[in-house]
Amino acid sequence: MKRARRSFLKFAGGVAALATAAAAGLLRTAESWAASWNKAGFESKVPADALKSLGATNAIESRDIVITAPDIAENSALVPVAVTSRIPNTQQISIVAEKNPFPLAATFDMANGAEGYVRTDLKMGQTSDIWAVVKADGKFYVARTEVKITVGGCG
Amino acid sequence: MSDPMRIRATLQGDVADVRIIMMHPMETGNRRDAKGTVVPLHFIQSVVVTHNGKPVMDAQWSQAVSRNPRLFLRVKGAKAGERISVTWVDNKGDKRTDEAVIATS
Repeated sequence: MKRARRSFLKFAGGVAALATAAAAGLLRTAESWAASWNKAGFESKVPADALKSLGATNAIESRDIVITAPDIAENSALVPVAVTSRIPNTQQISIVAEKNPFPLAATFDMANGAEGYVRTDLKMGQTSDIWAVVKADGKFYVARTEVKITVGGCG
Repeated sequence: MSDPMRIRATLQGDVADVRIIMMHPMETGNRRDAKGTVVPLHFIQSVVVTHNGKPVMDAQWSQAVSRNPRLFLRVKGAKAGERISVTWVDNKGDKRTDEAVIATS
C-alpha cells in the first residue's frame, strides 16, 4: 500500500493535485475505503433499493450493453459474468443478481482509459435475471439476461 | 497475510488486457464448517487498480463475488513495460497490494 501511495504521489506531482485526488476519492486510506463502500446498496434486499442507492432509479433499457453469462450455470458458486458497454463515456458498471438475498453484487468505476468492460464471477442463490447497470455521462442504462441455476445454494 | 494475487497484463494494440486472481475465501456468513459452526462474513469490499499510478478501476463488492475472485478489465492507452498495481481491502480491514508489468502479447 505504501508503495502505491508513493507512486501515486509522484504522479500527482503536487499537494494541490493530491488534495483534488483525495477529494475525488482516488486516494484513500483503509478507513475511508470502508466509509465509501455503498453499505445501503449492498444491504438492500430488493433490486429497486439497490438501484436507488446508485441513483439509477430511472435507468433506461439499452441494447448497447452486452452481458456475457451462461444460460445455465453448472456451478452456482461460480457464475462467470462479463459486461461490455458500448455506450460512449461509460464511467460505471454495476452487476445485480435480481433474486440473490442481497441483489447488488458489485460496482466498478472506470477512469483514465479503462474501457467499458469488466468480467468477474458471482454466487447465485437461484435462477435469476442478472442486471447490468451502466452509468455514462451521468445517465443510467440497464440490460438484463437470465441465468438458470440447476443446483441451488449460496456458499 | 494472504497469498499473493496473480496479475497478468497483456498488450493488444494499445489496450492492456488485465486479468487478476485474488486469493480470498469470500465467505457469505451463511456457510457452516464441518462442525456445524457458522463461518463469519469475510469478503473483499474494495479493489483499486492503477495504471502507472493512475487509478483506472475502483470496485466495490458484496459477498456475492465468488471465492478467489477473478477480475478482468481493459485499459486503453497502455504501453509495454508500464505497471499495473492492484490493492484490495476486505471487511476485516485486511489488505494486499500486488503489481505486474504490462507485457507484449
